[in-house]
Amino acid sequence: MDRTNAIISVKNLVKKYDDFTAVQGLSFDVYENEIFGLLGPNGAGKTTTLEIIETLRLKTSGEVIVDGYSVDKDAGRIKQIIGVQLQAAGYYPNLNLVELMELFSGLYGVSIKPMEMLEKVNLQDKAKAKYKALSGGQKQRFSIATTLINSPKIVFLDEPTTGLDPQARRNLWDLITEIRNNGTTVVITTHYMDEAEQLCDRVAFVERGTIIALDSPDNLIDKLVSTGFERKKEVKKANLEDVFINLTGKEWREDN
Amino acid sequence: MSKPYNNTKATLALAKASFRSIMRSPSAVVFTLAFPLIFILVFGFLGGGGVKVDLAIAPGSDLQNPIIKSLEKNNVIHLVKGKGEAEIHKELEKGHIAAVIDVQKNKAGRPAYVANIKYTSASIDKGNILKSVLSNLYYSLNAKDMQPSVAQLNESTVTGRIYRTIDFILPGQLGFSLLSTGVFGTAFVFFSLRQNLVIKRFFATPVRRSSIVFGEGIARIGFALLGAVFIIVIGHYFFHFTLVHGIVTVINMLLLSVIGLIVFMGFGFVVSGVAKSESTIPPISNIITLPQFLLSGTFFSIDAFPEWLQPISRALPLTYLNDAMRKVAFEGAGLWDVKYQILIMVIWGIGIYAVAVKVFKWE
Repeated sequence: MDRTNAIISVKNLVKKYDDFTAVQGLSFDVYENEIFGLLGPNGAGKTTTLEIIETLRLKTSGEVIVDGYSVDKDAGRIKQIIGVQLQAAGYYPNLNLVELMELFSGLYGVSIKPMEMLEKVNLQDKAKAKYKALSGGQKQRFSIATTLINSPKIVFLDEPTTGLDPQARRNLWDLITEIRNNGTTVVITTHYMDEAEQLCDRVAFVERGTIIALDSPDNLIDKLVSTGFERKKEVKKANLEDVFINLTGKEWREDN
Repeated sequence: MSKPYNNTKATLALAKASFRSIMRSPSAVVFTLAFPLIFILVFGFLGGGGVKVDLAIAPGSDLQNPIIKSLEKNNVIHLVKGKGEAEIHKELEKGHIAAVIDVQKNKAGRPAYVANIKYTSASIDKGNILKSVLSNLYYSLNAKDMQPSVAQLNESTVTGRIYRTIDFILPGQLGFSLLSTGVFGTAFVFFSLRQNLVIKRFFATPVRRSSIVFGEGIARIGFALLGAVFIIVIGHYFFHFTLVHGIVTVINMLLLSVIGLIVFMGFGFVVSGVAKSESTIPPISNIITLPQFLLSGTFFSIDAFPEWLQPISRALPLTYLNDAMRKVAFEGAGLWDVKYQILIMVIWGIGIYAVAVKVFKWE
């Protein structure tokens, strides 16, 4: 696969707040049609970095280019070609999912069929439900559906699987992989390393506002192993989550 | 994706979403429709009776005489018969009865009857009405067959539009409905949209900030106008609310409503920016709405207030909206005739939006 075409390019990104520096000199590229993971502990600057690329936050210095557009000059253009899922976004109160979809199609200025969008995330049965009445997994799936309305080139997902049960998580992985397979670049943040390992083509580790490692999960693991690292416990062919999924099934559930 | 982005479409999508949301919000419906309607119902049924003066007839009083006969025909006087002396005395002290009358045949011959009236200090204004009714009666009874020697009064009444209680109450209630939906509605919506990161999600789309404000404004104005039409229609058909020029008057009232609502929404924007939490919105909003509710001539004419209070009343925007509404509805004034009131509202609007721009928060 051709991996040299950078769709997002971040150079020396710095974000200072009044009393501390959240991002200090980040540089990385996201290639077209990959799933790129930003990993790191809370407060490392992942969300800040994402929001600067999403044009929701102003940077202090540095350069951010998204599909050829600069966040300084073409924020409006960038917004039209990206889909954004925020960590804790709410939706307009008192509206059902179809009505929310209509609202977002108006906001993006595109015409879509709300039911088709909901089918993409398997929420067609919840068309008349209110967002508040959805379960955690359904909420995340709905959020992702709203990011797909404008057929974006890049989708940003900020901790989409936090707080979900194993089935919901795996369903979401399938969904994210499908989005990528349809030609969309995905940038994702997560705390779960198994998730990053499974899902991401490349990951960047962020720590105190800087990138401390960036490579494919495989290469990063190989590098560590080559230094002589060994797990204390012998690795078995399955882990406890495999047992859980094996026992409880992998199918979509009404409540996840 | 080369199609240019359409701001109007985004604004209208927001207006539609907001309108749907308002229609499903119980508090919006209650404040805009139910409250004003309840007040209109109460005052609609209360009003129209005019003044009634209760006059007790003393036990032992003569009943078959021209004085009592004339009093019975008078539609201001309500005669209270068959009460004991002690009871009458008690009611007089409380002011429930304005006076007691005792008519006796004059044994001396002329005049034929003597009427003793005892007033009460507990009901002076009604007592005064009674006094003038009685003195009128005294003259007409005594002057029956006489030519006046000094002056003759020729009285006639011009038939004008009947000014009912509803004509006063309805514009006031309409104004108050606009005030509460403008202040409470706007404050709550923008605060919760900000708090729940709904606006942040909007910002991730190409929508402009102005579209968010306009969309919300269009929805709220649409909803308030629907409420206004509903109140006017109920008032007109059930309580004979006067609309001098019919539909033209209604349109003028709706235009005034829009001006008033835009000003009141400015207060809402300020409240949403100032409020630190959801629970501080109602007290702050009440500080703005309650004084206007009480002092802007919603229930009583501000002329009835003590003089030191009147300048405060005359400083409030709702006073001018109410004033303009009444002039338009009852006197048939056009919008140009109430330009002074509109000017004051516009000045309020400029002032409040200047503050709103400073304190309003998007995030």
